[in-house]
Amino acid sequence: MSDPFGHDPRRRLRESGAGEAAAVSTSALLDSAVETGEEIVDSAPIRSNTRLVAFRFFRHKLAVGSLVVLVLIAALAALAPVVSPYDFNPPLTAEVLDEARQPPSWDHLFGTDKLGRDQFTRVLYALQKSLLVGLGVAVLSVVLGVTVGAIAGYRGGWVDSLLMRFTDLFLVLPALAVLLILAKNPEPSLFGLFDLPPATEVWGMIIVISILGWMAMARIVRGEFLSLREKEYVDAARAAGASGPRIVVRHLLPNAIGSIVVFATLEVGLAILTEATLSFLGAGIELPDVSLGNLISDAEDTVGTDLSYLILFPGLVLFLIVLCVNFVGDGLRDALDPKATR
Amino acid sequence: MSLLTVEELHVEFATHSGVVQAVNGVSLSVARGETLAIVGESGSGKTVSALSIMGLIQKPGRIASGSIEFDGAALDTLDERAYRRLRGGDLAMIFQDPLSSLNPAFRVGDQIAEALLQHTYDKKDAARREAARLLGIVGIPQAGERARDYPHQFSGGMRQRAMIAMAIANKPKLLIADEPTTALDVTIQAQVLEVLRAAQHDTDAAMLLITHDLGIVAGTADRVAVMYAGRVVEEGTLDDIFYRPRHPYTIGLLGSLPRLDDDRGAPLRTIPGTPPNLLRLPRGCALAPRCPFVIDRCRAERPPLEAVGEAGETVHRSACFRASELGALEANEATP
Repeated sequence: MSDPFGHDPRRRLRESGAGEAAAVSTSALLDSAVETGEEIVDSAPIRSNTRLVAFRFFRHKLAVGSLVVLVLIAALAALAPVVSPYDFNPPLTAEVLDEARQPPSWDHLFGTDKLGRDQFTRVLYALQKSLLVGLGVAVLSVVLGVTVGAIAGYRGGWVDSLLMRFTDLFLVLPALAVLLILAKNPEPSLFGLFDLPPATEVWGMIIVISILGWMAMARIVRGEFLSLREKEYVDAARAAGASGPRIVVRHLLPNAIGSIVVFATLEVGLAILTEATLSFLGAGIELPDVSLGNLISDAEDTVGTDLSYLILFPGLVLFLIVLCVNFVGDGLRDALDPKATR
Repeated sequence: MSLLTVEELHVEFATHSGVVQAVNGVSLSVARGETLAIVGESGSGKTVSALSIMGLIQKPGRIASGSIEFDGAALDTLDERAYRRLRGGDLAMIFQDPLSSLNPAFRVGDQIAEALLQHTYDKKDAARREAARLLGIVGIPQAGERARDYPHQFSGGMRQRAMIAMAIANKPKLLIADEPTTALDVTIQAQVLEVLRAAQHDTDAAMLLITHDLGIVAGTADRVAVMYAGRVVEEGTLDDIFYRPRHPYTIGLLGSLPRLDDDRGAPLRTIPGTPPNLLRLPRGCALAPRCPFVIDRCRAERPPLEAVGEAGETVHRSACFRASELGALEANEATP
């Protein structure tokens, strides 16, 4: 084969050690690019995929706004003892009781309840629990779902069928009924092997919700893997000596991370709602511990009275976080969409 | 002694419409440091043969029979762990499409480092430096910096160079290149082939070059095996194949090459007919329905791959009953 540029690559081979190559000036880059006849890829704004995604996400105004709101809410909740001068369960002294049934004011942003407790403070502490449950469920159900989905999608065949029927089994369960039964079990354990925390605690709640929250993740990851494992770079990795687990972790998962992140985000909102539902139905976190669900439940008889602000504010906060979480999820989905043209 | 010996390899794929005989008794050998080109049209079993050697035939495909011996070890009896140590180590493969052979979620340098870490290196830093050095060797400018790029920032030619760098990373004894330049345009092709040749030269690797481009064969190979319908129909040195072809299919292939002195506007010459259905291979020679030299015997039995011509130091073999007559024919006729 005659070389159209008449140069000897072996000469270049001797000349270009890596160390030298890094030190080559821009003009030398131009020269060598001309020499090799390769087009120079415009290297001015080198954008890694992560940065490209961040760039697209930050153009999504609603998502960015939602993220800011979420961060603010989380910061307020985390700093509750600093933000609020009140205790969420103060000893019921005469002074506290004197403050009862106060409508919202600058002293009590969300008013006070029948026992004179500051509702804003109670919402902040409830938020701690709700956010923890949301994040915990997202993490745990992603771990469960990704594990099942990855094995099913990568192995295929009967392993896939078995795991997916197992997933279907969980999907056909009437979720709320099962959640209620699980959450009401005062001494849950994993098939009697070891004890789990009861659902009246945050960790118990996380486990209960995750048990019924991983199936969508498993299906998504399985679907992604089924298509990803046919890619040529998987063959190339195998030809380079990579083992099955290594291919899954190093080659397939990073390519499925977009869907996983989006789903995990949406799962946070869903979990917060589920926790509120369960607590509202009296199966979750119990008073005197506060969660958004049992705050709402506790105030349900105030609807239509002049104390209805007690149910309004926890409800609005719940609404706000779930809405924001979903907007962030939307923004991430648009940003991670490889087919995005903008 | 040869580095790679494949004997009577049969690979079949179970499909809904029946068993496809993709490779149907392939025998080849590659000596150390030698370049063997496998040529043949689409579906002649080139890639499947290569994947069999790499142990990468996946369901529904399976190696039905035959033996593969590499560097003194029988590959077909190797367990998965031992095979994995070989892959990317002594046995490396370059795939056809560089655009899809690099993982888009991985920096190019890290992908090469990954191959190194699986075999010769245990320190990530050292592997990264070596990866950058390898990128320099295959002619990527500013390799140290470009190693931190993602594949989408590389052009097609650069990606194939990166694939070559990955393949030679662990100094393989055998480099299998499956149509390494098919996806590239012609000027880049020439450069990539040069890089490939230089890389092979540097590492003293033998190469199995799979292609359907006779031009590439002429410029790169020491020996050539011509495949048709899952079999090797002719095998010999470059000169044997190009100047003394002894199989009608090889003659047809060479005759199909457009030449600079062709009449302009005249239709390109082809081999009449179509390749056989691999689901139902004819009993005799697979080329029989298309062959201008066909005799009754061709339809009844399958011609074995046998030595032809003078028994020289290199063996020229052809799977045709009339191989010697073809030689005589050529001697009588002046080249057209």
